Amino acid sequence: MTVPLVDIRDLSVEFNTRRGTVSAVKRVSLQIAKGETVGIVGESGSGKSVTSYALMRILDRAGRIAGGSVVFGGVDVANADKRTLSELRGREMSMIFQNPRAALNPIRRVGQQIEDVLLEHGMAKHGNARDKAIKMLAAVRIADPEKRYSAYPFELSGGMCQRIVIAIALACRPQLLIADEPTTGLDVTTQKTVMELIVELARERDMATLFITHDLGLAATWCDRILVMENGEVVEAKPTRELFAAPSHPYTRRLLQATPHRDSRVCDLLPVDDPRRAVPSTAAPGKPLLEVKAVTKRFGGASSRPAVDALSFQIGEGESLGLVGESGCGKSTTSAMIMRLLDPDSGQILFRSDDIGTVTARRFASHPARRSLQMVFQDPTDSLNPRWSARRSIADPLYRLAASSRRAAERQVNELAERVGLSNHLLERFPHQLSGGQKARVGIARAVALSPSLLILDEPTAALDVSVQAVVLNLLVSLREQLGMSYLFISHDLNVVRLVCDRVMVMRAGQIVEQGPTASLLTHPSHDYTRTLLDAIPHPPASSRQPREAAT
Amino acid sequence: MRATTATQVPNTAAKTTAFGRFVRHLGYVMTENPVTALAFGLFLIFVIAAIFGPWLSPHDPLATLSARALQPPSWDHWFGTDQLGRDVFSRVIVATRLDLMIAVTAVAMAFVVGSALGAIAGYFGGWWDRITGRLVDTIMAFPLFVLAMGIVAAAGNTIDNIVYATAIINLPFYARMARAEVNIRRNSGFVQAARLSGNGDWRILAFQLFPNVLPPMMVQISLNLGWAILNAAGLSFIGLGVRPPTPEWGIMVAEGANFIVSGEWWLALFPGLALMLAVFTFNLLGDGLRDLVDPLRRT
Amino acid sequence: MMNTSGRTRMIAYRLLQAIPAIIGIVIVSFILTRALPGDPAAYFAGPAASSESIEQIRRTMGLDQPLPVQFLAYVKDLVTGDLGHSISTGQPVLTELGARLPASLELTGFALLFSMAVALPLGILAASRPNSWVDHLCRFVVTAGVSLPVFFTGLALVYLFYYLLGWAPSPMGRIDILYLSPPKITGFYVIDSLLAGDLETARAALAQLILPAITLGLFTLAPIARMTRAAMIQILEGEFVRTARAAGLSRRSMLYTYALRNAILPVITTLGMVFSFTLGANVLVEKVFAWPGIGSWAVEALVVSDYAAVQGFVLAMALLFVTINLVIDILYTLIDPRLGMES
Repeated sequence: MTVPLVDIRDLSVEFNTRRGTVSAVKRVSLQIAKGETVGIVGESGSGKSVTSYALMRILDRAGRIAGGSVVFGGVDVANADKRTLSELRGREMSMIFQNPRAALNPIRRVGQQIEDVLLEHGMAKHGNARDKAIKMLAAVRIADPEKRYSAYPFELSGGMCQRIVIAIALACRPQLLIADEPTTGLDVTTQKTVMELIVELARERDMATLFITHDLGLAATWCDRILVMENGEVVEAKPTRELFAAPSHPYTRRLLQATPHRDSRVCDLLPVDDPRRAVPSTAAPGKPLLEVKAVTKRFGGASSRPAVDALSFQIGEGESLGLVGESGCGKSTTSAMIMRLLDPDSGQILFRSDDIGTVTARRFASHPARRSLQMVFQDPTDSLNPRWSARRSIADPLYRLAASSRRAAERQVNELAERVGLSNHLLERFPHQLSGGQKARVGIARAVALSPSLLILDEPTAALDVSVQAVVLNLLVSLREQLGMSYLFISHDLNVVRLVCDRVMVMRAGQIVEQGPTASLLTHPSHDYTRTLLDAIPHPPASSRQPREAAT
Repeated sequence: MRATTATQVPNTAAKTTAFGRFVRHLGYVMTENPVTALAFGLFLIFVIAAIFGPWLSPHDPLATLSARALQPPSWDHWFGTDQLGRDVFSRVIVATRLDLMIAVTAVAMAFVVGSALGAIAGYFGGWWDRITGRLVDTIMAFPLFVLAMGIVAAAGNTIDNIVYATAIINLPFYARMARAEVNIRRNSGFVQAARLSGNGDWRILAFQLFPNVLPPMMVQISLNLGWAILNAAGLSFIGLGVRPPTPEWGIMVAEGANFIVSGEWWLALFPGLALMLAVFTFNLLGDGLRDLVDPLRRT
Repeated sequence: MMNTSGRTRMIAYRLLQAIPAIIGIVIVSFILTRALPGDPAAYFAGPAASSESIEQIRRTMGLDQPLPVQFLAYVKDLVTGDLGHSISTGQPVLTELGARLPASLELTGFALLFSMAVALPLGILAASRPNSWVDHLCRFVVTAGVSLPVFFTGLALVYLFYYLLGWAPSPMGRIDILYLSPPKITGFYVIDSLLAGDLETARAALAQLILPAITLGLFTLAPIARMTRAAMIQILEGEFVRTARAAGLSRRSMLYTYALRNAILPVITTLGMVFSFTLGANVLVEKVFAWPGIGSWAVEALVVSDYAAVQGFVLAMALLFVTINLVIDILYTLIDPRLGMES
């Protein structure tokens, strides 16, 4: 093998924090050859991003390279001076980031931001910089590049901004592109086109790519080779096919198992001997619990496009219904109206044949149906009062809606904590002292405290790592079985919906485009949009170690 | 309603540990930042001087004696004597209570009224928001010290009016801040969750939102206390409000000003320093107070 | 294009927004003089007036009319520029204000120039090395600056530079009595004498100006420096600066083209507050340095209970402040492309 483009050996990175030195990356080695696409996969805190920042030497002030060597194209990056570094960055190796809108200077025209890089690295002169920048915009497939040259980031969509960031990164034809979660936060369809663009440009220019992601499916789809990181260490590094065919490290196996794919059941996400594995329900749905009839909501004037447009559907007693759609399709508005946090403009919301849509959201707090309608929110951090302990958050509905005595409430909170798998000593903690998974459990415990008959789950696992997601999904399935609740499960992730829902609705622009039983809808979609969504999901190849069983 | 049962921490054991945790946290805040410790120390000295001033002063602050007029600082008179032979040190100490009282009362009034107006405006929006907004904008349309001058001049030259004027010019800060902080949180997840738990609007405002608005307000309170002292002293300096012979820092500086050009610097210097130190203390205190009330800083 | 028209609309909107503020000012100043306890006629007549002359003033002022009628009359007077007559000088208040305003503006302007020239670099310096000793020193200096009562700082500077060192001229007015004031063009002595080519007078005027300007400027260091530091730190930690770093932009263009241009926006917003402080503190500084501006004039008027003058002063200050805020808002609209775009 020839000399690799990137050669990292025994890299260690440390951060100075209030509680002393924390080592974020421990003795990591990594080689990337010219033109190769390598993925680093890991959950939050695994050190995957820090490794790439160290390679670019853009660690923030508190961080430093504590040991090992980082060599790029023969240059010792770890000990390079400022001038060498600024010649390397942007010209030889570039980086693109998560959240593309924030990655651009908000008050500078995007074309000028591309020019800045070109001029800095002597790739253009003042006379021709504009032409070159426009050419670059065309290269990242931006329609009407002349016009877009003078746009500001806030005038462009998220996907478009990511293209601009890519244009800045690739303007000087670097040999290496580092992509740090480049598609997280973008819709699945946008995600796919952005990834295709990166790969195509890389191939065209014979550029190596280091792709950092938490999504095994994404890495499997696009990378030649994958490194799996856990707690700052590389636990396994193999060509993609081999990794999925024969994962050798237990963490890799666990991660592979926890990643939902085409035919896994919810219990398959956890090891066979894990007591938290849920038994999928087989009960048939009962009579209608909730009926939504021609509900419409607009946020603008009467002429504006409705956020939710004459929506009708129903949920049966004990049924789990999935609601799938991309951002802005109206799914959150729908859930807020059903939860009676928002008043519909027209239409009926019947709960056990009682029209609760006529009671205003403001007065619903004291309505008898309040305790039967509960919700688990998308962002576990945002949904907990930062100044309340976990115990107080869980107890709040008990005091308010069940008039529990102190002693009774305390007992109930302890029971609930046990039920959602939250150890007792965590109850006195404040949200910032809990992990993401623990906060999610507090949110679930609070939502089921009053044994509601309908629980809306708004992307309950979107902010969680896959291994935590596996546990939480199993918990949700078990709870539904134990408490006989109906679910309305809102998600953008069809793989997750498949695991927990009996029936699925696909929503777009405020309307339902298609609905039907989960298995048949996801295998034989009839609407084009459903098909596009399904095609855009990256799938990890099923590991050979996992028994293949028919999907439920 | 049955909603009267408190949602406090349910067992007493947790309560005592909560207090213990607070003390430990106080210790942590102090040791982490020496500036904060210094500010708390100075604050304590000012509080002591304000409460026990009359007993701590070695001389009667009002006793005049022409024989000892305009003496420079000495063992007997640490800060010297003024043109009427009064002991400057005693006057500086005794003045602490009045200056602090004006500032504390004015800021307390501004905080209570302003944050209530702002929080309600930020939560409910609508016409209440518009009225509050207009009121605040009108106050802010004046250079604030000039408005205070105008109010005291029109309403009459009394200490009460100084307090009201200072409260009015401080009010917009709290109204705007409370409005903004409540507004960004009013549709946050935890507020929606509280609605689902059966909390009404007022309950949410009082128990969920308001405690979260407090930490940034603490900084504002502290800065405003310093600013209020400066304002009151400034008004006295131009002859509004407190009148001689009452000991007050601003008026003492004003009286001492006439003697600067003839070299009797101690008349203006010491009350000026006291004033500066008090304002400085409050300006430094802000960050420490915020760390103290913000549980996110706890570990 | 669409952008420019959006901005024009935004600026027009800003101008419209100033109207309620002006209405509010007029109402408040009316309330301050008429609706509060006490007899305005006695106020305006002055302390030495007889009961007859007070009665006559009451009638000429229309104080026997109902309040709404009085208010309309008041507004009519304001529109025609009639702010009444100062008792102490007998001159129309408007004339007095016009004669003294340039002195106040010259002082305020120089103070702000000084303040910005010191505070911006301090803020940038502190932000580029957060939590270093430089940062702590900056924080200490600006906090001390804002803690100093301006009248006390002024006195201390006079004692030090005039009484002890003798470097500064006597703290009495805008220009030493040995010099003639320059021919009036702008009303700013330094500029006027430069325009007249009289360097000696310009130097003398500047010498008088330095101490009061520094006194006033010290007080406003803190808000500017703090906001600069906070905004710079927030932006330097921000994601688009990281992009710029990863693209290999030089430290210079990162700090200035990327960070400072964004950080200056919140700083411009704070300038409104800074002006509020400056115009207020102006009154005190003018008194200390016997500066013949509208502030010291108002203080003298207060002492002799010359309420027409005080009222005119409060109104003038408020209108000046509204104008300044308007200019700041428009400046902001011109700099930030994001404004004027939302429909």
